[in-house]
Amino acid sequence: MALPQSAYKDREFLAVIGDEDSVTGILLAGVGHVTDPPDSQKNYLVVDAKTELSTIEGAFDAFTKRRKDIAIVLINQHIADKIRPRVDGYAEAFPAVLEIPSKDHPYDPEKDSVMKRVRKLFGE
Amino acid sequence: MSGAGDREPVFPTRQSLGAMKSKLKGAQTGHDLLKRKSEALTKRFRDITRRIDDAKRKMGRVMQIAAFSLAEVTYAVGNNTIAYQITESVRQAKFRVRTRQENVSGVFLPQFESWQKEDVGSDFGMTGLGKGGQQVAKCRETYTRAVETLIELASLQTAFVVLDEVIKVVNRRVNAMYARPAPLSSTRFYANGNGCSEHVIIPRTENTIKYINSELDEMDREEFFRLKKVKGVKERAAATEEEEKKKNARRTSDKENERQEVNGGGEGGGNVLGDEGDEDDLDAFEAEGFVSQFFLRAKDRWDQEPERLLRRFKAGSGNGEAPWKRFMSGVGVKRFVGFA
Repeated sequence: MALPQSAYKDREFLAVIGDEDSVTGILLAGVGHVTDPPDSQKNYLVVDAKTELSTIEGAFDAFTKRRKDIAIVLINQHIADKIRPRVDGYAEAFPAVLEIPSKDHPYDPEKDSVMKRVRKLFGE
Repeated sequence: MSGAGDREPVFPTRQSLGAMKSKLKGAQTGHDLLKRKSEALTKRFRDITRRIDDAKRKMGRVMQIAAFSLAEVTYAVGNNTIAYQITESVRQAKFRVRTRQENVSGVFLPQFESWQKEDVGSDFGMTGLGKGGQQVAKCRETYTRAVETLIELASLQTAFVVLDEVIKVVNRRVNAMYARPAPLSSTRFYANGNGCSEHVIIPRTENTIKYINSELDEMDREEFFRLKKVKGVKERAAATEEEEKKKNARRTSDKENERQEVNGGGEGGGNVLGDEGDEDDLDAFEAEGFVSQFFLRAKDRWDQEPERLLRRFKAGSGNGEAPWKRFMSGVGVKRFVGFA
């Protein structure tokens, strides 16, 4: 079962949903991208205490479903927890959704949706 | 299995027997290959799962270091505007990924790899110009390495998702070919319908072959019996003709005997005809290899002393034995196999 080439060929950006520090650091590596002026879509979202849940969900959906140029979505684990049903329900290969730790919230393998599947498969 | 219910709708001919046999062979080969494929994939899958586990832990450490270096930057710059500067000065991505395909026994697993787009200048050239430029440069490097680790992890994770899917499909196919003995009721239930007839390709084909074989055997036996009958009838007809000829010959040679022959022959003719017929039938049997020496011996005895045999036959079951069996043993036939 080979995926069609169109499923991954144009995907060359990373997207970030995270708190200010995580986004800053990752953008510093040169990941950030803003598309050409007419719609000017950013490929990152800074989430703080005031950000609405619907904004996060909207960004997650945009990165995973609507945009065809994103290969990997990085999301802070504590933010992924807020929209957990959506992250767990996401099962596509492209783009890959990766939960990363943030400065204030250390990484917890128990919560990661992929790690959950891994453990379920090995019956631990 | 469930016998007649669970087979393909074919006519029992030699041609379809051949087709079924080759289908069975194909199915078995396919089953073997798929099984091997499934094993290869599962091996790979376990490998990837283990690596994901390691990589996730490594990611935790790497991100910690990166966060620490960012804290250094904030400290060196002294105020918190740097984050704002960075997020607002983003234009074009310098750090990008491309996807490569890796082939594992016919399955393409995606692999991300990072590359730096050359013609895009760094957006953060001015960042930290006043203070902390060194820390910014160091932090950028740390984060670049961290993101590379993340990309590696993303490759593994994507491979994991794809493989998981593929293994499910392959295993379903393996099971479709064969052949854990499926529960009777479910097989019958699904065999005629939607989707799940997939459980049983090999058993189904084997059943069909069995069915065709038995039907062909049955047809063979019928044909053999028919030929035997036809031959018997023909020989009987030939014997009658012979008899007629003989009678005619005698009639022409002797006029006095003629009347006697006609009178006696009218009654005896039937008997003679019957005997002759039986004899011809016997010849036919013998010709087909059906009758052994025992039968011939029995016939001899019948010719010599019919009354005694008839008496024994009629005497019936003195000791509970079937009369015909007793009769047969009387003429020296001790055992019969499948002949009644």
